[in-house]
Amino acid sequence: MKHLTKVNNPYSDEKVVDACSIFGMMNLKGKRFSAKDPIRAMANMHDRGNGLGGGFAAYGIYPEYKDDYALHIMFLDKDAKKKTSRQINESFNILNEEEMPTQEADVSDPPIMWRYFVQPKNLKLENQTADDFVMETVTQINTKTGKAFVFSSGKNMGVFKGVGFPEDVAKYFCLEEYEGYLWTGHGRFPTNTQGWWGGAHPFSMLDWTVVHNGEISSYGINKRYLEMFGYKCTMQTDTEVMAYAFDLLMRRQHLPIKIVSQILAPPLWSEISTMNPENELAIRALRQTYGSLLMNGPFTIIVAHEGEMIGLTDRIKLRPLTAAKKDDFLFLSSEEAAIRLVSPMLDRVWSPRGGVPVIGRLESLNAMEAKA
Amino acid sequence: MKSYVSPDYIVERDQDRCIRCKVCTNQCSYDTHCYDEEDDCLYSKNENCVNCQRCATFCPTQAITIRENPNHYRSNANWNQEILTGIKKQAETGGVVLTAMGCDKPNLTYWDRLLLNASQVTNPSIDPLREPMELRTYIGSKPDKLELDFSSGDAVLKTKLAPQLMLETPIMFSAMSYGSISLNVHKSLARAASEYGTYYNTGEGGLEKSLYKYGEHVIVQVASGRFGVHPDYLDAGAAIEIKIGQGAKPGIGGHLPGEKVSSEISETRMIPIGTDALSPAPQHDIYSIEDLRQLIYALKEATDYTKPVFVKIAAVHNAAAIASGIVRAGADAVVLDGIRGGTGAAPRITRDNVGIPIEMALASVDQRLRDEGIRNKASVIAAGGIKSSADVIKAIALGADACYVATAALVSLGCTVCQKCYTGKCPWGIATTDLWLTKRINPDIGAKRLVGLLRGWSLEIMEMMGGMGINAIESVRGNRLLLRGVGLTNTELKILGVRMVGE
Repeated sequence: MKHLTKVNNPYSDEKVVDACSIFGMMNLKGKRFSAKDPIRAMANMHDRGNGLGGGFAAYGIYPEYKDDYALHIMFLDKDAKKKTSRQINESFNILNEEEMPTQEADVSDPPIMWRYFVQPKNLKLENQTADDFVMETVTQINTKTGKAFVFSSGKNMGVFKGVGFPEDVAKYFCLEEYEGYLWTGHGRFPTNTQGWWGGAHPFSMLDWTVVHNGEISSYGINKRYLEMFGYKCTMQTDTEVMAYAFDLLMRRQHLPIKIVSQILAPPLWSEISTMNPENELAIRALRQTYGSLLMNGPFTIIVAHEGEMIGLTDRIKLRPLTAAKKDDFLFLSSEEAAIRLVSPMLDRVWSPRGGVPVIGRLESLNAMEAKA
Repeated sequence: MKSYVSPDYIVERDQDRCIRCKVCTNQCSYDTHCYDEEDDCLYSKNENCVNCQRCATFCPTQAITIRENPNHYRSNANWNQEILTGIKKQAETGGVVLTAMGCDKPNLTYWDRLLLNASQVTNPSIDPLREPMELRTYIGSKPDKLELDFSSGDAVLKTKLAPQLMLETPIMFSAMSYGSISLNVHKSLARAASEYGTYYNTGEGGLEKSLYKYGEHVIVQVASGRFGVHPDYLDAGAAIEIKIGQGAKPGIGGHLPGEKVSSEISETRMIPIGTDALSPAPQHDIYSIEDLRQLIYALKEATDYTKPVFVKIAAVHNAAAIASGIVRAGADAVVLDGIRGGTGAAPRITRDNVGIPIEMALASVDQRLRDEGIRNKASVIAAGGIKSSADVIKAIALGADACYVATAALVSLGCTVCQKCYTGKCPWGIATTDLWLTKRINPDIGAKRLVGLLRGWSLEIMEMMGGMGINAIESVRGNRLLLRGVGLTNTELKILGVRMVGE
C-alpha cells in the first residue's frame, strides 16, 4: 500500500469515475438484524462491481458503546499506528481499543485495522460541539501522515469497507456477527483507479454515510462551492462532495431532507412556475441560492445517519433505484432482483421518480418529532 | 498639404454588369461612388472607401468588389502598414488616431485555446430536443443560506432575497448609448430583449421616452457624464449599472461630438442641442472605493432597494482586488469588460494596448471572490469580445453568471465591423444619428434578427451542455473541469484554473 490519499487517484485524473451496485435495508421499528440478507443482496449484484471496492455501513451495532464515538482506522504500518495512537490519546478519552476482528477472505492487501471507542477530551473552544471536534480531529488524522485513515467515526454505527467484492469484504470483517437495524452496501466498478481500501464506499463523516452510484458532471462547481464553506475535497470523488453537501445543508444549516433533495435534484423551472405562490417563492429561492449544489448528471445515493435512511436519484433519473416495503422493512436497491432474493413477497415495490426522495425513519423518531 | 496616406481599399466595378442604377451612390455615406451624367458611368473615390460592404451587398447585379489596396509598403514586421499609415496621419493632423469597435489584434484571445468536454460511456449525454435543458439565470446577490419555516407544512421562505433579474438565456445586450447608436437600434434591442426574456443596456446616453415601456427589460446606466440620469430614468429600468470603465478604453472618458447631438438626443441626454457630450475619465464623485459605496447606496435608496445595482469596470491588471472591493461595497453584480470590448470611438493606441483579456480577468476575479467567500454576494458578468455561443459557455464555465454582447448584436443588424463608428456616417444605419441613415434599420426586422441571434446561440449552448450530460446552466457556471487548455503556458493554465488537454 502506498500513500493513502494519492493512491485514490493514481493518474491524477480530475476525479475518480466509477459505477456501482447499492443496497439499503432498514427495520423501521429499530429491530436489529444480521448482515446476512444485505450481504446476499449485494452478492446478487456481483456483476455491477469489478472487485475493486466493496463495503457496508451498519447502524445500531455497538449498543454497549452507544454514546461513544466509534473510530475505525486503517494504518499502513506500525509506525503510523504509533503516531496516530498518540494523537488519539491526546484528543480523546479511550474507553476501549482493539484490533478489528477479521478472517481470511478473498480481499486484496488489507492494511492494519483498529477500532477505538472514545469521548472527546477537554473541548478546545467553548462553542465547539463534540461533533465538530471529532470531525476536525478526523480530518487532521486523514490529511496529516497519509498513512492513517479514519473511515468511520459515528456513534453506535460502523463502516466496513475494502478492496474486494462486497461479499468478500463482508466475510473479511466477519459482518455476519453484527446486528444492526439499518444496513447499506456498495459494490464498486471504478474505471480509473486501482482501488484502495479507503477509497471504497460507504464514505462517512460522523454518523453520516453515503453510498453512491454515479458520475456527477457538475462536480467541478459543487467542489468549488463547498470549498467556500471550508470543506477540503481531498479524495477527488463525487461521493465526497455529496457527503459534504449533506453535511453543510442538513447538519450545519438544519435543512430537512425534503428541502435538501430539492437542492441536489431540483424541480425544473417549468414545474416551479406551476406551484402555489408561496411554495414557488421558496423553491425558486432554493435554486437561486443553492444552484451550485445542483448535482447534475447520473446518480443514485443512499444516505444514512442515526435513525434515517434516504434514497435519491438525479432529477431525470439516469441511474436506477428501486424501493420496496415488507412489514417493518424498507428496501432500496439498484436492482429489484436483489430485494426479491432476500424478501420474495413484498407489500409494495416502486420505482421512485427522479429527484423524489424515499425516506425511511425509525418510528420512535417520528413519534418523538410529533410530540415536539 | 498633400496627404501621403494611400487608400486602404480599391473599389472595382464590373462595367459589363453595372446597370447604372445608382444604388451604390445612394447607399454609400462616404461619397465613394459618383455618377458621371455626361459619360453615363460610375466611378469611385477609393480614398473614401471604408470597406463596409454596404454597396456590394445592395448592388442588384453584384458588379462591385472591394479589394485591399495591394500597394503595400515594403514588408516589415515592426514598421508595418498600420504603424506607417498611423504616423503619416498624425504628421498631417497632429491628432490622436481614432478607431472604433474592439481590439483587432490576434494575440489576445484565449477562448479559442479553451476546449469543452463531452460525455462518453460513464455518463450519458442528453439530447436537448427531447429532454429539458435549462438556461434560466438569475442575476443578483444570493445569501449563503436560506431560512425556511415549515410550521404550516409547506416550506415558507423567511429570508428576504436581494432583487434579482431573470434571464431566459445567459446573454444580455451590452451598453451602447443612444447617440453612439441610433434610436432604431435601441428599439430593436429593447424589443428583442423583451421578447426573448433578457435585458438591454442603455449605455450612458439615457433612455429615450418612447422606450420606457420596455423598462422591465432595460438596464439603465449611470456613467461619468450622468447624461439623462433622473428619478424617472432610474425607476424605469430593471437594474442600474454604474459604469466605471470600458474594456476598449480603460481609464479614459468619452466624447460625443456636437454634430451628433440632435434635438431628440439633446432631450434624452439633458444637454443643449449641438453641444459636445463629454464623459469625464473618472466619475468625479468617485475617487475611491468608499465613494463607490456611497453611489451604490444612493442609487439603491433612490429606487427603494428594488433593483440590483451593477458596477462595470474595464479588465485591468488588479481586477481581482478591485472586484472584491466592489462586492464589499455592496454591488449586486460586477461587470468585467475585457480588452477586446467594443466602442463607438477610442484612441487606437489605448484600445490595443490598455487592459487585459477578459478570460484572465474573469478567471482571477471568480477565484478571488471564492477565496474570500463572497462569490455568492454578487453575480459576475463577462463582456468584451464575446463572439460566439462557445465563448459564452466557456465564460460561464470559467465563472461568469452571464455574458454581455454588443458587437455580435450589431453584426446581426448588418454591421461589418469596419471600425468607423466614430465618423457617425455608418452606412448600415447603426452607429449614426443621421435620419437619412438611421431609417435603414427597421426596428421590427432588427428585433427579429436579434431574437434569431439569441435563439441560435441558446440552442447551441443547449447542444454543448447536453453533450456534457448537463441539463441546467448552473452546473456549468464556474465548473472549470469542463474546460481544457491547448497551447497555453503553465502560468496561463494556473490563472485560468484549467488543466491542459490530455490531462
